[in-house]
Amino acid sequence: MAQQPNGSHGAGGHGHSSHKGHGSFKSYLIGFLLSIVLTIIPLVAILKDLVEGTAALVVLLVTAVLQFIVQLLFFMHLNEEDKPRYNLMTLIFGLVIVLTIVAGSIWIMTNNAVAH
Amino acid sequence: METTFLGRKRKRLEAAHADIGGHSAGGSHDEHHDHESLKTFGFWIFLITDCILFGTLFATYIVLRGNTNGGPTAEELFQMPGVIASTFILLTSSFTSGLAVLSMNRGNVKGLIGWLAVTALLGASFITLEITEFVHMVQAENATIGTSAFLSAFYTLVGTHGLHVSLGLVWMVALMIQLARHGITAVTKRKVNVISLYWHFLDVVWIFVFTIVYMMGVM
Repeated sequence: MAQQPNGSHGAGGHGHSSHKGHGSFKSYLIGFLLSIVLTIIPLVAILKDLVEGTAALVVLLVTAVLQFIVQLLFFMHLNEEDKPRYNLMTLIFGLVIVLTIVAGSIWIMTNNAVAH
Repeated sequence: METTFLGRKRKRLEAAHADIGGHSAGGSHDEHHDHESLKTFGFWIFLITDCILFGTLFATYIVLRGNTNGGPTAEELFQMPGVIASTFILLTSSFTSGLAVLSMNRGNVKGLIGWLAVTALLGASFITLEITEFVHMVQAENATIGTSAFLSAFYTLVGTHGLHVSLGLVWMVALMIQLARHGITAVTKRKVNVISLYWHFLDVVWIFVFTIVYMMGVM
């Protein structure tokens, strides 16, 4: 009985696309290595004072966003989703709200005369 | 009293598992598959709302991080070696939870429980490091949640993430017990997929905590 659902899943997976929605060891390993590299880059750049000011902010944010994308693709398999892509749509909707909250808060508080 | 309740609950669970087995054998497997994937999608929506929760805490932290009220600043307070260690620990645990899912897809229950155990151990070391950091900050630096607006926002943001990881640990242990009892069924399979998504999500949130709180704090 424990074999049954697993067996039919496996067969279905091999039938039309071998790694749909499952991922392979290789893709997890690539994702892991990319994440490590994207963590080491900002660490070295900031702690060794290779970049400063705005350039440092750009390096930090770009590597963080890249690592977010790596996790979404290689670990959460967002690109292997069947159409209609409801997972992607809800994610984009959520990100729009998060960016509005964060950017809106920063914007209004830096222009708020009472807070200073 | 309690045993009868547990007994009843167990019987219901067994019936549910038998039901799934029977249906997939009967050929109407798709219906159950749809039901389980609908539950996974429901969990995905929860994760998105959790993103919004963390978004508000990040916004609060970014706005308040300069308001130290004469207390210690981020640069004085943060000790990067511990933070770097916990970052790599959580990153590795995100990878091992992926390996757990791979073992499951191969039908390997022992590998699945083993990788979940490794993930839980890494998560536990992450939490231990975080608690050590907080205790050090409160006792040695006198930096409590009431010291300044910066520290209130800091403890709320980092503490909420820590609570999520702790909750994930309890959940993971419960799931390992279920897996040992029932093996890989349609239900436990969905649960493993969902906890793995949750764990990757916590790693993603930590990337931004690491970048925005710690790296920008010591920059």
